[in-house]
Amino acid sequence: MSAKEYRTASSARGGLLTVANVPNIAFGDRVHIRDQQGNTRNGQVIRSSDEEVLIQVFEGTSELDLESTWVRFLDEPVEIALSPEILGRIFNGLGEPRDYRPPIVSSLRRSISAAAFNPAARTYPKEFIQTGISTIDGLNSLVRGQKLPIFSASGLPHNRLAAQIVRQAKLPDDDSRFSVVFAAMGVSYADARFFQEEFASSGVLGNVVMFVNMADDPPVERLTLPRMALTAAEYLAFDLDRHVLVVMTDMTHYAEALREVATAKGDVPARKGYPGYLYSDLAEIYERSGRIKDRHGSITLVPVLSMPSDDITHPIPDLTGYITEGQIVLSRELHNQGIYPPVHISPSLSRLMKDGIGKDFTREDHPHVSNQLYALYARALETRNLASIIGADELSTRDRRYLEFADAFENRFVRQSEDEDRSIEETLNLSWDLLSTFPSQALTRVNETEIAKYHRQSV
Amino acid sequence: MNTISNKKGKIKDINGPIVTIELPGVQNGEQVRIGSLGLYGEVISLEGNEALAQIYESTEMVRPGEPVEGLGHPLSVELGPGLIGGIFDGVQRPLEAMFLKAGDQIPRGLSPLPLDRDKTWHFVPSENLEPNMPIINGAVLGKVQETETVEHRILVPPNISGELIELAPEGDYHLEESIGQVRDQQGEIHHLKLYHRWPVRRPRPYQSRDNGIEPLITGQRILDTFFPLLKGSKCAVPGPFGAGKTVVQHQVARWANADIVIYVGCGERGNELVDVLDSFPKLKDPYTGRPLMDRTLLIANTSNMPVVAREASIYVGITIAEYYRDQGYDVVMLADSTSRWAEALREVSGRLGQMPVEEGYPAYLASRLAAFYERAGRVDTMDSGKGSVTLIGAVSPPGGDFSEPVTSHTKEIIQTFWALSKELADARHYPAIDWVDSFSADVSTAAEWWHENIDRGWEKRRSQALGMLARDAELSRIVNLVGPEALSSAQRWVLEGAALIKEGVLQQSALDPVDTFSSPEKQFMLLDLILSVYDAGADLIELGVPVQELSEMSVLARLRRCKELYDSNQIEQLKAFREEALNDFKEIHSEYAQRGEQPA
Ligand SMILES: Nc1ncnc2c1ncn2[C@@H]1O[C@H](COP(=O)(O)OP(=O)(O)OP(=O)(O)O)[C@@H](O)[C@H]1O
Ligand SMILES: [Mg+2]
Repeated sequence: MSAKEYRTASSARGGLLTVANVPNIAFGDRVHIRDQQGNTRNGQVIRSSDEEVLIQVFEGTSELDLESTWVRFLDEPVEIALSPEILGRIFNGLGEPRDYRPPIVSSLRRSISAAAFNPAARTYPKEFIQTGISTIDGLNSLVRGQKLPIFSASGLPHNRLAAQIVRQAKLPDDDSRFSVVFAAMGVSYADARFFQEEFASSGVLGNVVMFVNMADDPPVERLTLPRMALTAAEYLAFDLDRHVLVVMTDMTHYAEALREVATAKGDVPARKGYPGYLYSDLAEIYERSGRIKDRHGSITLVPVLSMPSDDITHPIPDLTGYITEGQIVLSRELHNQGIYPPVHISPSLSRLMKDGIGKDFTREDHPHVSNQLYALYARALETRNLASIIGADELSTRDRRYLEFADAFENRFVRQSEDEDRSIEETLNLSWDLLSTFPSQALTRVNETEIAKYHRQSV
Repeated sequence: MNTISNKKGKIKDINGPIVTIELPGVQNGEQVRIGSLGLYGEVISLEGNEALAQIYESTEMVRPGEPVEGLGHPLSVELGPGLIGGIFDGVQRPLEAMFLKAGDQIPRGLSPLPLDRDKTWHFVPSENLEPNMPIINGAVLGKVQETETVEHRILVPPNISGELIELAPEGDYHLEESIGQVRDQQGEIHHLKLYHRWPVRRPRPYQSRDNGIEPLITGQRILDTFFPLLKGSKCAVPGPFGAGKTVVQHQVARWANADIVIYVGCGERGNELVDVLDSFPKLKDPYTGRPLMDRTLLIANTSNMPVVAREASIYVGITIAEYYRDQGYDVVMLADSTSRWAEALREVSGRLGQMPVEEGYPAYLASRLAAFYERAGRVDTMDSGKGSVTLIGAVSPPGGDFSEPVTSHTKEIIQTFWALSKELADARHYPAIDWVDSFSADVSTAAEWWHENIDRGWEKRRSQALGMLARDAELSRIVNLVGPEALSSAQRWVLEGAALIKEGVLQQSALDPVDTFSSPEKQFMLLDLILSVYDAGADLIELGVPVQELSEMSVLARLRRCKELYDSNQIEQLKAFREEALNDFKEIHSEYAQRGEQPA
């Protein structure tokens, strides 16, 4: 490697280092920086001309002194070493081991900023994944190759839900489990430990690759971490033919790190100080999920993010929703009522559900049942609202039925325990228990054949 | 293409997609190739010997000092047979061919020609043309059957006119073969081929503009019946994420009575394009019975592809749209989403250090948007035919806030506004088009068409329905304050009637095999049916029939399902059901009328 080394740093501020008079340095080049203590920091070139090169320093620029800083340009993009040995290992955001075991040795190294998939190379995701969770399987079904985030907020049980999905996800009549890539950005030690113990106790640890950046690790590393994780996922899916489930938490910390760096670079902010390219940047990550023609494996992506101040219009959930194929939204209200998992179905959505459910996939009544539950619950919430204003006693008998439905739906359908793994059949039957509290006339989203077959009162 | 005179230079500075180059003699807007990989880009400003170029591909590992080449022409597209049925990226690279050649990911610096040079096309010269005739630009030299539905008319390119010297006889030709010669006023001889090139940022010429005269029929009731769009008009579909913009656009692409559909996926999901690629070949055009893909073309710059090509993609789309318009076709172009295009503008302007005016957008956002939408229209073509481009742009406002710059500027430009609402989408009322916020400036023109072709009662029924929906909103507010008991029977029947309109007319599932398309006849039948039932009920209420009794009539449940029970060819069955339904009301009527006569 003909690495070039320089001691011409001319400014250091906000994680960015400028080096003067270094010709022919590649944009995106990886950099090693040796500070006066002799420690090595990592960086990447984010602007390059012969007069001046701008470097983003992953560990930050604090305590760098310009005089004694040595900068080495490695003449290679940021890469990750790949081999089947990555399973069962833990890495940081730069792909270095953080499990006290030796680095991966492999001749296969890939740049973590992969070129975009050609849309003509994709196939449409269609295979229903059973998570065993009724609000997801019944109403917001996940399919192999989908990107379906969990919109949460501080104090809500998104980690437990994500862990339950990892534990239970499978195809309905196929017991093979997913390989898991777990990417943690800015998480607490408690959360990191929770997931590690989860994976260990469910015996999947050997089938998991973890990329971990703690809350007190350098924020800039959060920018490379998801790309490391997805490059590993692509390797497992498209080189090793595995079905991979990628869980990323917490995308909010990722976006905050991006904002920090953007601000230091002086990029023009769009909303709430986030740079205008936050959308494209998140899309670069999320769009790496999917299915590819003639490839056996797949990448299913479940990012977790916390909505700042529970606000779904905040740029992070907002832009995520604009990119992903739906979202599972958790509700503080349901959580406070003690309902787990507190999935608020109204704003939740799965866009890929239409092609993965119904006859030949789950059950023929599934699409209509899902629509019907949605319509009834929407009406029931309106009724509940009305009841809170005029009092439940003022309601007509018809309206009171809706009120009862709302309670039954939340307590029997939404609520389930953390180790309760409901089959899709069970979820649909449970749905009919609830639908059957209405006379068949009130059910206009299911058809007459379905009513005849499943409605409890129709004989 | 000749390469002898190409200018050479070198890279000075790389700032993501914006690269400073030293390239003496380069022109603003000129196409360049940079670096040893030969990445494609476009000059966007000049300063002395240096120029700034925006690069359509990732500049990772490109270095200062690497070579640069000027190609001598601005960003242009190839226009000729072989476009329809294809999928191209934002700078018209053929994605299917790239997949076969280079695999799953899009490699850099690769640039296969958009149109297939190996393929031959059967050319039939126009009968009215003979050598030595004067010929103008835009004249039809002949035709080629491009797909089973599309007859591709080979045009004299816009910048050439003069005397026709030679026209090839009927036969099979490759794209590069000469099919005619024209001597221009300067005496220069031009060899014409089955295709020509045209710069995307320059609108193609036409003789004159015209006003729209007939509605684009989309088969979607809330669109056609309530917020009609004329052929050649401009329309925006704003809405928060998940509200249904893409589904609306896919539905229009599927069922609109257009000759050509151009769908531009601008900064959106890869899978949504796959959805079109998979489903359109299997779906049949309701007017021609041919696979929908035979009239459709896709341009794809997905959200993970480089941002600069996203800016170009909608110009590539609109230029191709104009080209088919010039052949005398009604073209619909859908752009999903114009917000991503505006954001690409913002990103480039930010990197250039231009002064942002609102939410980071440059001052020229509004004028660029207006200039883009201005390329829609119904025109007299150079060849004295009629053609139109209807433009429908999705808008993705941050946080669903319609007061943001892209939505508010767009709103001032367009004629039809299909506003999607999160509340309706959350309640699974699809399409989630809000009947209060949406508008169409062309209702009266559309009315003439409906009155002439479908039913004279159209405009009256439409207003009646909108009036009831407005009453419904008012009455619901009252209910929410003091409860339903405060309403009179007649008022409660209005609520019931509005619910019927919402469920039986406005809601239309794109996923239901029957309801996905509704012909104008069926649209009017359903509306008229539901309003007739409402009117009959209102008469009964006058007679003292309790609302309760009416709302429990079993015919109402069927009424809600009519849209899925009868397809657009079953108008007779719908009529029979209408008789049946109204009969039920008549029976109650006579019952009560009798009671009224015999004093109790
Ligand atoms: N007419 C319809 N019939 C049935 N389902 C619909 C209809 N319109 C919307 N939907 C449902 O809503 C979902 C979201 O719609 P769509 O993808 O069009 O939203 P969008 O506004 O384009 O969102 P984004 O801005 O994130 O792209 C669809 O996947 C589908 O499930
Ligand atoms: Mg969309």
